[in-house]
Amino acid sequence: MTSTAIELATAVRAGERSAREVVDGHLAAIEADDGELHAFNHVMAEEARAAADAVDAAVARGDDPGALAGVPVALKDNLCTRGVPTTCSSRILAGWRPPYSATVVERVIAAGGIPVGKTNLDEFAMGSSTENSAFGPTRNPRDPSRVPGGSSGGSAAAVAAEFAPLALGSDTGGSVRQPASLCGVVGVKPTYGAVSRYGLIAFASSLDQIGPFATTVEDAALLLEIIGGHDPFDSTSIAEPAPRLRDVLDDGVDGLRVGVIEELTDADGVQPDVATAIEDAAKALEKAGAAIERVSLPSATYSLSAYYLIAPAEASSNLARYDGVRYGLRVDGDDAGSMNARTRDAGFGAEVKRRIMLGTYALSAGYYDAYYGQAQRVRTLIIRDFHRAYDSCDVLLSPTAPTTAFELGAKTDDPLAMYLSDVCTIPTNLAGHPAMSVPFGPDGDGLPIGVQVLAPALGEPVMFRAARVIEQAAP
Amino acid sequence: MSSRISRTDVVHVAQLARLALTDDEITELTGQLEAILEHAAQVSALETEGVAPTAHPLPLVNVLRPDEPRPCLDRDEVLGEAPATEGGRFRVPRILGEAP
Repeated sequence: MTSTAIELATAVRAGERSAREVVDGHLAAIEADDGELHAFNHVMAEEARAAADAVDAAVARGDDPGALAGVPVALKDNLCTRGVPTTCSSRILAGWRPPYSATVVERVIAAGGIPVGKTNLDEFAMGSSTENSAFGPTRNPRDPSRVPGGSSGGSAAAVAAEFAPLALGSDTGGSVRQPASLCGVVGVKPTYGAVSRYGLIAFASSLDQIGPFATTVEDAALLLEIIGGHDPFDSTSIAEPAPRLRDVLDDGVDGLRVGVIEELTDADGVQPDVATAIEDAAKALEKAGAAIERVSLPSATYSLSAYYLIAPAEASSNLARYDGVRYGLRVDGDDAGSMNARTRDAGFGAEVKRRIMLGTYALSAGYYDAYYGQAQRVRTLIIRDFHRAYDSCDVLLSPTAPTTAFELGAKTDDPLAMYLSDVCTIPTNLAGHPAMSVPFGPDGDGLPIGVQVLAPALGEPVMFRAARVIEQAAP
Repeated sequence: MSSRISRTDVVHVAQLARLALTDDEITELTGQLEAILEHAAQVSALETEGVAPTAHPLPLVNVLRPDEPRPCLDRDEVLGEAPATEGGRFRVPRILGEAP
């Protein structure tokens, strides 16, 4: 059993272990095994060793480097890192070195954390398997013939493979929680606005949120405390400090009301082992004093349809900035228009083009109200369903993903089948609420199952309490 | 909402999206967009008369900050990442249609 982030930071702060030794150990593991797994697009070996030496020097001076002292952290490659390649796993950004770092990266570094590399993703975070990367797929450390999920598959795999005890990802429709589920680690999508997105390369701005991966619920709470809280550089960040999570982690669930979401647990396409795991997790909460009921979110059935209009529409607008002018790839043309169009055709992969086309169509004259406008009204209905459910429940439960990890190539020819991997996670993004995935035992094939715990906006403290009980009861 | 997407639609949308698609890409996308839009059109099954649209999950209006000077990105560092520059600016091919 390797050390958690909290154990490592405690040892480094106490001078019992050097940050350099911790970082060298993790870099050696990456060196040995990442050739097969491809969790990383870019390993920051030199920068990581220098940062570790600085942490050790601080400890030697008697200074406290912070709560993440010497802890390796893997960063999804859509988080800007000053002077370090940031690609979004796209040819259109290959070789780009951002002139600034994301706020979450600055906060990790300020707490003594050590960025060790940039992790692979589905191009521009569009996908559910990390197979849509211009640099090749990531493989699942639990079974390398299978996908790690996506789009933050590299970050999930990095934590599962013990390349780093912590990682950051982004979650627009499930891109932290679904890969966490498929790789058997903890993954959190915080409340919309709870974590600054300054320096996160935008996909769908009304949905995107940055969240942590960890091997334990407590480690995930620590990382969320560090990255959360208001940031004046992100006008959509909530004007509140980060919630205290570790203080309440062991408060238990006695007296809490827990709702199992019928539409997401009993649906066609949910693997029987997965549905059983949700029932077992609910029983564990009941045993710990919670009251369990079934709840219905009737509009949730329409989430996927609404999402695949809203997210591509926003993406088609956000990705207009890749025009061959200011950064990244340029393919020459006779005039600016042909240069733009040729650059974009050469630089974007198939899934990104598909979503840009879908979003452009949904926003175009004559179709706007029927598609985008209607999807936004359905979004309101989904939010109302959640509000009704939270009238009678403190937290909700569902599968994180309908199935455990699937084989590479199994869904690449059928975009719609791939989109269905996110059917359980998308409703939360539409509502702007927090949710997290907690590993809960293997399925019949030995692959990890994830239980999703959902809470109302800013309900992270109660969500983490329930997650902690589920973690302790996990088979 | 029985709109079926045609090849002509795909060509038109590609122009709007500034994508110089190949013939093969246009053919493939015509079929795929049809299937995805058919699924997405399920949203029209819900009665939404009188329901206000949600554009954003937070009720934020006009977030303001003090109007104070602060350092910005380093010009040379930013221009150093551009495909082409000239005289401290981004350089692009001609924009208007007349002869160069």
